[in-house]
Amino acid sequence: MANRRDVIRALHNRLELVRAGFTRRDLMRMGLMTGTGVLIPKVGLTDCRSFSGSSTCNLGCSPQPANVFVDPMPIPPELPARALSDPGLSPAPSLCPNNAINPATGLPFEGRGQFNGSLIPGSDCFQFFNQYPPQKYFVQRIRANSNFRITSDTNIPAQTIWGYNLGGSASSDVATFPGPTIVSRYQQPWVIRRYNELPDQSQNGGFGVPEMSTHLHNFHSAPESDGGPCRWFFRGQYFDYYFTAQQAGFAFDHQPNGDINESLSTMWYHDHRIDHTAENTYKGLEGFHLIFNQFDTGNETTGFRLPSYPTYDIPVILNDKLLDPTTGLICFDTFNFKGLIGDIQLANGVIQPFFNVSQRRYRFRVLNGGPSRFYELFLTDPNGTSTQIPFWVIANDGNLLPTPVQVTSFRIGVAERYDIIIDFRQVKSLIGSHTTVRLENRLEQKDGTGPTGNILSPGTGTFCIQFNIGGIVTDNSVDPATGPSFYTLPSVVTPRITRNFVFDRSNGQWVINNRFADCNPADGLNTFRFTVQQNSTENWVISNPRNDWQHPIHIHLEEHQILSRSAQGFSGRNEFRYSGGYSGDGWGSSGYGSGSGQNGGTNGNGVPTVEIARKDVTRLQFNESDTLFFRFRDFQGDWPMHCHNVVHEDHAMMLLFKVLTGVIDNNNNP
Amino acid sequence: MAHLTRRKLMTATVTGVGAGLASASLFGKTLSPQAELARPHNHDYKFQNISPRELIRQRHLPNVRLVTMDGKNVRFYDDLVKDRKVVIQFLFTRCREACPIITHHLAEVQRLLGGRVGRDIFFISITLSPEEDGPKQLKAFAREHGAGKGWTFCTGKPGDILLLRRSLGFTYENPKEDADRNNHTGMLLVGDEPLCRWASAEGGALPTWIATMIRTEADAPFMGAVNGVRLTDPTIHTN
Repeated sequence: MANRRDVIRALHNRLELVRAGFTRRDLMRMGLMTGTGVLIPKVGLTDCRSFSGSSTCNLGCSPQPANVFVDPMPIPPELPARALSDPGLSPAPSLCPNNAINPATGLPFEGRGQFNGSLIPGSDCFQFFNQYPPQKYFVQRIRANSNFRITSDTNIPAQTIWGYNLGGSASSDVATFPGPTIVSRYQQPWVIRRYNELPDQSQNGGFGVPEMSTHLHNFHSAPESDGGPCRWFFRGQYFDYYFTAQQAGFAFDHQPNGDINESLSTMWYHDHRIDHTAENTYKGLEGFHLIFNQFDTGNETTGFRLPSYPTYDIPVILNDKLLDPTTGLICFDTFNFKGLIGDIQLANGVIQPFFNVSQRRYRFRVLNGGPSRFYELFLTDPNGTSTQIPFWVIANDGNLLPTPVQVTSFRIGVAERYDIIIDFRQVKSLIGSHTTVRLENRLEQKDGTGPTGNILSPGTGTFCIQFNIGGIVTDNSVDPATGPSFYTLPSVVTPRITRNFVFDRSNGQWVINNRFADCNPADGLNTFRFTVQQNSTENWVISNPRNDWQHPIHIHLEEHQILSRSAQGFSGRNEFRYSGGYSGDGWGSSGYGSGSGQNGGTNGNGVPTVEIARKDVTRLQFNESDTLFFRFRDFQGDWPMHCHNVVHEDHAMMLLFKVLTGVIDNNNNP
Repeated sequence: MAHLTRRKLMTATVTGVGAGLASASLFGKTLSPQAELARPHNHDYKFQNISPRELIRQRHLPNVRLVTMDGKNVRFYDDLVKDRKVVIQFLFTRCREACPIITHHLAEVQRLLGGRVGRDIFFISITLSPEEDGPKQLKAFAREHGAGKGWTFCTGKPGDILLLRRSLGFTYENPKEDADRNNHTGMLLVGDEPLCRWASAEGGALPTWIATMIRTEADAPFMGAVNGVRLTDPTIHTN
């Protein structure tokens, strides 16, 4: 009989257990594995009781489906455009908000023009609306769906989610998670009207608040359309979001359509209601928004020849959740203030699905939908875990890199996006007679604070998706190995000013420069902490003086380039320093590397090659200072910078800044 | 890696690891691990239909006995939180760092909220030093900070206070940090108990924002309507 040590060692390869005839549920039942395929680190010690002794919603306690990789990964439907004559668009979207009072609610028909729920008359008219009149219209209704399934295993009950629908008024047009994918094109300005049709607060199922602000994450948007934290609207109101569809620089140095090198592609939309973003997004208020242009066309025979949308261009949102052991329902702990990680792994809203692919190149747009987990994603052959499987990163935060970078893994924090190309014909040649590979998260993380930095052995991490590889089909897409050129990075110049921001915790409260988020417009400089001069450049140095937290920092309006990652000024551990490889993981000798080290290596300033890009989220790691370069143009108004660990964000790790003309604000530590 | 059979692992688990027993009772089942594994794989969980409000009560709002600054014996859930909109804070009267500022802010927030504190919004301040903060000390502290009607300062048994603090999330992960009262969290827990709506304000923030945030939390659920259905307040609690 195996002794205890042998057993524990054996458990570190659950594939062996599977071959020995154990199902994941057996292991679950024996308390040896969590639902996401992670062996419970402290066997037998998982705490599924609250401090009072009742059952609780905690890591390692979620009920699990009987099997995984048995449900197909859903592809969200595309949101249909609507004619302006559509009843959902009556009255037509207007330059200034429709603030006439709706007798049915006692509130303005439209929520635009409200700041923290209070109407500011005359505010939030659309910038550039007349110069770039809308050409395309969409509608979405934000609703509850009480019959949403995250697995086909009927032992796990149907869930109530909150989400976005396809815009129809019929009750059959239900909300889904992820929401419908919105597809737009540059130089075709669009309007999205969103109706808040959520149930009232007493029907929230334990978490979630029915006040909505829908942020289009990373689009170059004016504040009235950005869906920021303070511009939420009530049940029964609608809100028109208008977008110029021009690249950054369109009103200044690249008139009239902007700088092609500022083109975006993979974005997402999600709720951003101050103090409640974590619970609201956890309820399902997330979806993709893709934008194409004359180079990134969605057609593999034109432009950059990236795999064709939608057949070979696949959005994937990863979320980890907890299920309540008492009710079987998705649970969210509103009394957790450090960050929340789960033991149920979803891809596109389904627990560990499969996805059938042909032997050719696919573009996957991988989004970390939060709330708090960091991932290091690999491709793993479950029947040959030592096989290193390379693939290509082509875009970071939805921005095509200058040229593809070959990697075996990438690190992704909440809200980041990595567009990758996987050539399944090449993968098949690596795995021989085997027919599946899995997207595996091998980054160890034990709680919501941040990852430990340890990379788990192949096959012992969390499997997110199983790819079932079929036959060979035609592939007209560009081969990344040929080194195609995409966009050039915009120039970096000496900034007008450098500002410093320390992300920290003070008396148990999340702070930026020792201060808190504030949506009360009367609080002046406490609300809008500093003003950027329009049409200027700035460096922002974001710092984390702690060795026990990591923060994915997101800045609205303009993208940034990471000029350096450094540990200067802080002592303590820097266990993850992008040294160019992880121990035991190097594949540079396997013939795929270009000599620049694993995963593309880093530049002389500590910035990994895959991050030499335009970014809207920068992961602030242990004891680290990162210098970011910005160029502010086009719009005026106010936008936030915040931690996108949405639990930290809800507990005030956020600030608002303004961009105005004719104001010189030289505060270096706002 | 040693070759492992299904039987070997089962045996080893039961006799050696002992995790199977803990897990088998996890969801209220009493089957032995062997019996569990012998079952077909279409296990059906016996989920219960418990309201979210009740689950939050069980997990986060323990009904511990407390003593108010007026010497009155109360229960935390039944008497202070149930059916109410509350703002909960932890402090101790001899705290010289964060507490005075935060309490001062809260006093200002009380003023900004006008007559609502004591009418439909209730402040609860709980001492972190029950050994030294009796009703008398709390009463003096409350008076010193101008605490008015609807603001209850409480003490209790140390174990109950600890249970309360942990259940409400006023903790640090690092035990050393957690034990340091001077570094205690300045967070204000803002909740509407019957509506399962919980958020935090930050005691160090501007009182005008804290008051705005609390007012918004209290009022927003009752604004707006869909298909003519508006939430009406079943919970106004008048003392």
